[in-house]
Amino acid sequence: MSSQLVSEISIFVLAVFLGFEVISKVPTILHTPLMSGSNAIHGVILVGAMVIMAGAHGPLQVVIGFLAVVLATINVVGGYVVTDRMLEMFKSRTPSDRASRE
Amino acid sequence: MNLPAGITLLYLLAAVLFIFGLHQLSSPRHARSGNLLAALGMLIAFGTTIPELHHSSLNLVLLAVAILIGIPAGAIAARRVKITAIPQMVASFNGVGGGAAALVAIVEFLRVPAGGTVSLVLSVSVVFAVVIGAVSFAGSGIAFTKLQEMMRGTPITYPGQQPVNAVVAIAIVILGVLLVVGGIGAAGLWLLLLLALILGVAFVLPIGGADMPVVISLLNAFTGLAVAGDGFVVGNPVLIVGGTLVGASGTFLTKMMSDAMGRSLNNLLFGAFGKIQVSASATGDGQRSVRSGSAEDIGTLLAYSQRVIIVPGYGLAVAQGQHAARDLAEALEKRGVTVDYAIHPVAGRMPGHMNVLLAEANVPYEQLKDMDEINDAFRSADVALVVGANDVVNPAAHTTPGSPIYGMPILNADQAKNVVFMKRSMRPGFAGIDNDLLYDPKTIMLFGDAKDSLTQLVAAVKAA
Repeated sequence: MSSQLVSEISIFVLAVFLGFEVISKVPTILHTPLMSGSNAIHGVILVGAMVIMAGAHGPLQVVIGFLAVVLATINVVGGYVVTDRMLEMFKSRTPSDRASRE
Repeated sequence: MNLPAGITLLYLLAAVLFIFGLHQLSSPRHARSGNLLAALGMLIAFGTTIPELHHSSLNLVLLAVAILIGIPAGAIAARRVKITAIPQMVASFNGVGGGAAALVAIVEFLRVPAGGTVSLVLSVSVVFAVVIGAVSFAGSGIAFTKLQEMMRGTPITYPGQQPVNAVVAIAIVILGVLLVVGGIGAAGLWLLLLLALILGVAFVLPIGGADMPVVISLLNAFTGLAVAGDGFVVGNPVLIVGGTLVGASGTFLTKMMSDAMGRSLNNLLFGAFGKIQVSASATGDGQRSVRSGSAEDIGTLLAYSQRVIIVPGYGLAVAQGQHAARDLAEALEKRGVTVDYAIHPVAGRMPGHMNVLLAEANVPYEQLKDMDEINDAFRSADVALVVGANDVVNPAAHTTPGSPIYGMPILNADQAKNVVFMKRSMRPGFAGIDNDLLYDPKTIMLFGDAKDSLTQLVAAVKAA
C-alpha cells in the first residue's frame, strides 16, 4: 500500500469524524440551509472535473469531461446562491433593524 | 497524482474553510458567514487547480467555455426560483453534482490504455463513485419531479418491485466485482452506469412526496461520498475531505431530519413495500359537518383574545400569504394581543420552510417558536389559528395507532380554547388522511385562499 494511499485513507477517516462532529448541534430551523450549504461544498468535484477535462484525450473523453465541468459548475454556483438566499432571511431583526429596512 | 507541497497546503486551507464553514452553518448567528467561508474555500480550491492544468490548449478553452455555461445556468436558476420551490432546486443541484462525480470517474477509467493494468485502488474507487454518483443523479431527478408535481407524490409501488430492485442491486455488485478483478473493460462500466441509474430511480419512486426532504438529504450525502471516491480516483485531497465532510454530515443530518418527523428512516425509505400501508379514509366521508365562519366573526374573536398562536403550513406558502400573516399579527399586537408562530419541524415542504417564508415577510425571528418551546402554551391560548396546515395538528398522531402519522410529534392546537382552520377546501393534507380536529365543536373553518382570508381578517380586526 503506497504511502500516498495511506495518507488519503487517514484524511478520509478523520474527515468522517469531523463531518459528524461539526454539525452535531444544528437546530431544526437550520436543517435545510445546512443541507443546501453542504450540497454546495460537494460541488468541489469541479476540481476533479477540471483536471480530467484538461487531460482528456479523444472526443469521447472531451465530451464527457465537458459535461462533467458544466454539471459541477452548476452544482457549485447554484448551491451557494440558493444557500445564501435561504440564509439572508435568518437575520434576527431588532426594532432598529426593521426601521432602517422599511 | 502526486502534488507539489504548496498545492497540497492550499488544498488543505480550502478543506479547513469547508470544515469551519460547515460548522458555522449550524448556528443561526453565524450561518451566513459560514456559507461565505465555504465559498471562499471553494474559490481557493478552484484557483489552486488552475496552475495544474497544462495540457492541450483546446481542452483548456473548452474547459473555460464549460465553466462559463455553468455559472449563469446555476446562478440564474438559483436566483429565480420561488421560495416554495427551494427543495426541488436543492435536489437538482445535488443531482448534477452526483452526475459530475460519476462522469469524472468514468473518464479516469477510460484513460487507462487498452490492455494496461488498472490498479485496485483505482478500480474500486471508480466503481464506487460511478454507482453512488449515478444513484444520486437519478434519484435526485425523481425527487425533483415529485416535488415539482410533475408526477404524483404518493408512493409508487408495482408488483414485483422488491425482487426487481434486488436483482438490479445484485447485478451492480457482480459487475462491480468483475470490473475490479479485471474481467471486463469499459463496456462493463457503461452497463454499471445504466444499472445504477435504474436503481436510483427505483429507490426513490416508492417514497412519498412529503418525505422527499429526508431523501434529498440522503442523496446529498451520497453525492458527497461519490466525490470522496473521486478523490481517491484522482488522488486529490480536497475532494476526499470535501466529499467525506458532506457524506458524513449528510448522513447524520438525514437521521436528524427523520427523527424530527417522528419517522424511522427504515419506515420512510422502505415502508411502502407492504408492511406499513396507508390505511385511510382519504377524504372526509362528507357526512360529518364542520362549523364554518366569516372573516368578520373570526376577526372579532381574534381581536378580543389575549393570546393567539398562529400555526403556519404549506397552504400559507402556496398562497404566498406570509406578508398578510405578518400584517394580521401586527394588527393584533396593536390591540394588545400576544401573538406567536408555532413552527412544526416539518410544516411546509421541508424543515425550516416556514421560518424562511416568514422571515421573508419580516416577521421577527423571536416570534417564531419551535414545537418544544410553544407546545405547552397552547392550553393558555385563546385561539390557535391554523393557516394552511393540517397534518401537523392532527390528533390522530396521539390517538390512532393505525394511522400513518401515529407517533409523529404534533403541535397541540387542539388544546387551545378555540381553533380556527384556514383551508381552501376539505381536502386532506399531504398525508392523505382525515383530521378529526376539523370536526371538533370548538373548531371554526374559514374557507378560502390563505392570503385572501388573512387580508380579510386584518380588516376585520382593525374594525373590531
